[in-house]
Amino acid sequence: MKHRYRTPLSVARGLGSANHGLGHWWMQRLTAIALVPLVLWFVVSIIALAGQGRAQVLAWMQSPFHGVALCLFLITALYHANLGLMKIFEDYVQARWLQLTSRIAASFAAVFLGSAGVFALLKLAFGG
Amino acid sequence: MPMSINERPLSPHLQVYKVELPMLLSGLHRITGLALSVGSILLVAWILCAVYSDTAFVSMNKFFGGYIGQFVLFGWTFSLIYHSVSGVRHLIWDTGSLLDVEQILSSSKMVVAITAVLTLLAWFLAGGFPGGGA
Repeated sequence: MKHRYRTPLSVARGLGSANHGLGHWWMQRLTAIALVPLVLWFVVSIIALAGQGRAQVLAWMQSPFHGVALCLFLITALYHANLGLMKIFEDYVQARWLQLTSRIAASFAAVFLGSAGVFALLKLAFGG
Repeated sequence: MPMSINERPLSPHLQVYKVELPMLLSGLHRITGLALSVGSILLVAWILCAVYSDTAFVSMNKFFGGYIGQFVLFGWTFSLIYHSVSGVRHLIWDTGSLLDVEQILSSSKMVVAITAVLTLLAWFLAGGFPGGGA
């Protein structure tokens, strides 16, 4: 049996080795709660936009309410997706190097997709 | 690897259990989550096409109107609604409620029913499928 470095007090506090034991779980639930109203808004909006032309879609993206909601939906969904993907890689990818590579690639992809989407929406909203 | 480790009995795995609805739904939650992660690329592509290019937006709409596009979109709709409904049940479980076996069985059926109704409702309100795709 390996020597345990954690003191009984630190085990009792239950904060994990670097006080981040709850972090993943908490952020997953926090983004999940935020996504409940955001998904409802998104589905209703997409139903209303179905069959509409580009002008109507752009007007919708440009409006302050829907533009902000779309940015929030995009960022929150990508954050939540990245947390979920990490768990999937941890559970099913055995090789450590491949697991790390997948996690890094997924994180970079999420940040790239979020930046590209939000930049496009800002450019649309503020012109230029 | 030393033999002594190989000879250890394995803990029971998936195949020893009778297939029940809750375990299928648990797996489906992950699968739809994975599908939605990949699907987020489509959402961003849609935003970029709408903002930057008229021709790209038109051809994207054309793709989603076709058979393959409609199939992808339907899968996207189903995944989003199932993962959300099932996710709400997960949030309820986090409060410590609905954790009895009977409640898990009955709420599983509710998740399936609500998902089916909402998916079909959203799909037909948005005008999908009939005519193969508009």
